[in-house]
Amino acid sequence: MSKLFEETRSLKAPVWGVIPRAAWPLVVAIAIGALIYFGVSPLVGGFVSKVMLIVGINIVLAVSLNIVNGYTGQFSMGHAGFMAVGGYVAAGIVYYGSIKLWGSADPAGGILSIVQEGPKSGPLLGKGDFLFVISCLIGGLVAAGAGYVVGLPSLRLRGDYLAIVTLGFGEIVRVILQGSHDQIQPWKAADAAAMPVYELAWKLGGPKGFNLVPTYTTLFWVYFWAVLTCIAAYRLKSSSSGRAFLSIREDEVAAQAMGVDLTKYKVRAFVFSSFFAGVAGGLYALDIGAISAGDLNFIKSFDIIIMVVLGGLGSISGAVLAAVILSILPEALRDFQSYRLIVYALLLIVIMIVRPQGLFGVREVWDLKIFKRRGGGLGGSAGGAP
Amino acid sequence: MVGVDDMLSVENLSVSYGAIKALHGISLRVERGEIVTLIGSNGAGKTTTLRTISGLVRAAAGSISFEGVPIGKLPPHQIVRMGIAQAPEGRGVFANMSVDENLSLGAYARHDKEQIDKDRQRALELFPRLRERLAQSAGTLSGGEQQMLAIARALLARPKLMLLDEPSLGLAPQVVATIFKIIREINAGGTTILLVEQNAHMALNVAHRAYVLEVGKIAMEGPAAELAKSDEVRRAYLGHG
Repeated sequence: MSKLFEETRSLKAPVWGVIPRAAWPLVVAIAIGALIYFGVSPLVGGFVSKVMLIVGINIVLAVSLNIVNGYTGQFSMGHAGFMAVGGYVAAGIVYYGSIKLWGSADPAGGILSIVQEGPKSGPLLGKGDFLFVISCLIGGLVAAGAGYVVGLPSLRLRGDYLAIVTLGFGEIVRVILQGSHDQIQPWKAADAAAMPVYELAWKLGGPKGFNLVPTYTTLFWVYFWAVLTCIAAYRLKSSSSGRAFLSIREDEVAAQAMGVDLTKYKVRAFVFSSFFAGVAGGLYALDIGAISAGDLNFIKSFDIIIMVVLGGLGSISGAVLAAVILSILPEALRDFQSYRLIVYALLLIVIMIVRPQGLFGVREVWDLKIFKRRGGGLGGSAGGAP
Repeated sequence: MVGVDDMLSVENLSVSYGAIKALHGISLRVERGEIVTLIGSNGAGKTTTLRTISGLVRAAAGSISFEGVPIGKLPPHQIVRMGIAQAPEGRGVFANMSVDENLSLGAYARHDKEQIDKDRQRALELFPRLRERLAQSAGTLSGGEQQMLAIARALLARPKLMLLDEPSLGLAPQVVATIFKIIREINAGGTTILLVEQNAHMALNVAHRAYVLEVGKIAMEGPAAELAKSDEVRRAYLGHG
């Protein structure tokens, strides 16, 4: 796997040499985001585009959870909690930020973030887009901070105990957010504009949820982040940190004996993972234009866990594929909505019996035999059935 | 008692697992360049001793110092960086990772890339089997190969002191002989070795000095050759009536 990485990099060197190594994930993310937004979306129409958007957000969630549950082998059940933290922060910044900065909570985006049918015109980015991008980043960072705070004491725990603590964390986030004060409605924007920021920060709508947030999330932004998440996860996996993560999952004692600082790496995985969960929360909130802590309960966490388990703990492409399948499935089975959880449970049971390592195990799609015709040049991959 | 050349010295070490006392104040020392073996039957506290030295288990009392520095309170990842590497009991290879990645993890605490490459070559010369299996998952290796990998991996930490926990466990006699031959070679290359073994015959054969551990206490100590001749050891551990 790392060899493949080296190989592709050296092949591309003449072309990509001008772009610094740190920048090319951004280039790729923008290219794929633009391709899907401008190229694919108009062809497939509104409904499919909407499903693709859900798929993209779920890719971010599944790939990021995979860093904790897959690479490091810790069992976190609080991913929806981090998503809620990021989502509320991003929605709060965009909503009250718009009011503070330009006096109204109406969308102020360019063509990258205006959902419209047919040909797109106007400036590429509006002033609202900058606020949106910053809000998602800050949402991610706050979620990462939450990941650090939760991780530090609780990652000394193992297995079931960690699952219980993270489950508890998700519920605590939900209850706290539902206890926030009433939102200041858009028609009272003048009141909000006059209020200091620290007071606004807690007016998040309580049990009614945070509503009427201007929407900016489009396929461009979703796939931009989905690609960034995948590249980050892939680089992490093939780095020495990645090897440390996987070693913890394989055998904690042996990992320690190799000089891996367990707590540090578990917390690091948690922080990375919750950052992207927070970003996904932001994308989610600013797609719907509303966020409600009640929707981001442990069932949401469980949905993401199923994606990771189905795809294979540790496999990025597996998580992507599972996110695609499990996001489309409920849409295809809309009429059977109430049986969804039964189908999920059955799916999990069958996978655990037939293929406990998930579809791909720790491997990636390109590690499979059919892609390996070139004389086994892609050896050295982590994998193999247990 | 404490010599100038002591690389590792353990004084009055006591370890408890909850209410159960596993070690009752043992003392031992390892000099630079030696192979020292710790023999004893099941439950004597051999593995506990090693795990306490490498920081995986905390001592209730006593002190451990390595090259004159107390290490009893350091976390395991720092102890590795001071130059103590361990091949854990039951081999502890990362089963779902390739042999190559296992070796890379052995050098995890190091950053001197060139020297790591040299050490990797040396490890693969000592264990040619592993070279053939570099891309293979460690879990698919045979028991003997996994043991070789565990030792090679510890070697890649470039340790001053290597802790080997029962390298003969569950292996065919021929493989055991190979492994002990390599242990001697590693020692000849300048690495000090503390070897825990149930196979007293092999261990006493390869070691310079030995300690006999019985239910958490040091029962006997001395040059390995002398202990091998003593009646008590012969009766209890070597199977001579």
